[in-house]
Amino acid sequence: MSALATAAPRRDPAFAARLSWSAGTLLLLWPLLVATEFRPWLLFDPDSLRVSGNFLAGFWPPAHEANFLLLVARETWRTVAMATAGVTLGLLIAAPLALLATGTLSISALGGRMAPLPAALRQLVRALLVLLRSVPELIWALVFVRVVGLGPTSGVLAIGLSYGGMLGKVYAEILESGETQAATALLRNGCGRLQAFCYGLLPASAAELSSYTVYRWECAIRSSVVLGFVGAGGLGQLLDSSVKMFAGAEVATMLLVFVALVALADRASAWLRQALG
Amino acid sequence: MLEGIGARHPQARPGAALALRGLDLKLATGEQVAVIGPSGAGKTTLMQLLACALAPSAGHLGLDGRSPWNLPRRELQALRGRLFLAPQLPPLPPRQRVVTAVLAGRLPAMGLLASLRALVYPDDIPAAFAALERFDLGDKLFERVDRLSGGERQRVGLARALLAPAKLWLLDEPLASLDPARSRQAIGVLSQQARARGITLVATLHQIDTALSSFPRIIGLRDGALAFDLPAAQVTPALLARLYEQHEQELHGQPAPEDDPAPDTSAPVIMQCR
Repeated sequence: MSALATAAPRRDPAFAARLSWSAGTLLLLWPLLVATEFRPWLLFDPDSLRVSGNFLAGFWPPAHEANFLLLVARETWRTVAMATAGVTLGLLIAAPLALLATGTLSISALGGRMAPLPAALRQLVRALLVLLRSVPELIWALVFVRVVGLGPTSGVLAIGLSYGGMLGKVYAEILESGETQAATALLRNGCGRLQAFCYGLLPASAAELSSYTVYRWECAIRSSVVLGFVGAGGLGQLLDSSVKMFAGAEVATMLLVFVALVALADRASAWLRQALG
Repeated sequence: MLEGIGARHPQARPGAALALRGLDLKLATGEQVAVIGPSGAGKTTLMQLLACALAPSAGHLGLDGRSPWNLPRRELQALRGRLFLAPQLPPLPPRQRVVTAVLAGRLPAMGLLASLRALVYPDDIPAAFAALERFDLGDKLFERVDRLSGGERQRVGLARALLAPAKLWLLDEPLASLDPARSRQAIGVLSQQARARGITLVATLHQIDTALSSFPRIIGLRDGALAFDLPAAQVTPALLARLYEQHEQELHGQPAPEDDPAPDTSAPVIMQCR
């Protein structure tokens, strides 16, 4: 062995481990594929090719009658309004919960260990955030459609509650994983939690926080479509009826609108990151 | 206000090796003290103990005849507002403007509403300018922190002390990234201001000659224990040689290797599964 040690190594000692890990992962994947009945070759069956071909052929040209475009414009506006109001509601829920959940802003943890009462409160807030986001917005929407009736209000409430949970969790994680020395130094010099947040944490993570919020807005636009399928209004409801009537041209128009909205969110987020970064 | 600090037998964090062992120290109001010693001697730990940023794991710390760690949290936080700890790396958010970073020194004395208002419009631009001007940084008032050099950032961190409502300044390596001329200027400003305001000043220093020439009292720390605590005039080369034994390159003015690795400032952005 000692004679070999002096010679230049010929083999990568980590190769065997890497190979066995990769093979193990692929082996583990197999039962999952079986369990989900994943059979992509069915897509290329002549029968299914004809059905989907007919539907897709109807996509071109996209519907562009003035009446229909006006309807789409109005429903798009409603969808954007629903997503924006929903994310705003989510933000109002998430911001205070994230501030409560962030361990970086703990004053009692300064001296070493967090005191039991604040630690318990933090766990409680985290549990509340888990509860809010573990119920899918579709279920929230079904609940609210019963309570407040059909229409965008239930969509807004559904997005607000589940997005509040997601935003709160991710905000807290962004705040804890960013640069925290500034906030810690302020706390050590006797500032309050909110002061330390505004002067220490916020300037360090503003770009991350806002770009994530814009990304969530984009997600809210998409989920408002799904919510439309259960009667929460907006483009989704329109899309639902068009799909049911196999009106491919109308579906194509609305999908183009979605592409435009997502691209818009992407630009807005890039611009915000540049402005704040 | 601060009548005397007694820190006895403070010990470091549980679990870790003790950074300070059985240390007795008394500081009087208005005193100016330099703490010297090789890297890893426990200087930073001592500063954090004095700032009530770290609870002693043994022994007793008294401030003003009170023991801070027995106070309710709210009062302890108010007490921290009267202590100013300037960490070795200036804790300034890179995207903040210098004016905001300097005025943040005043936060402990401000209510929440006032501090929110100051974010919208800086509340005392002249005071921030005056503090910066003492360190020749007046022209950087509205620059962003990440546009400054390391030395400029450090001086901004020191300018913050001038605005803090503190009665005790604890400066950890305040001259670490300054050149000799700037060092002399900065330490001159700090000690003159501290004297004028009756503030007690404690600084850890690697520059021995600056410590000896600017501070009347010198505390030597080695391996977490007190090596000597003498007036500057009585600190002899022999004492210094013993203090820095096996760390001679630090005694001769070379920058010491960092005691504790600087926290990674370019923390990767974590994009979790969303």
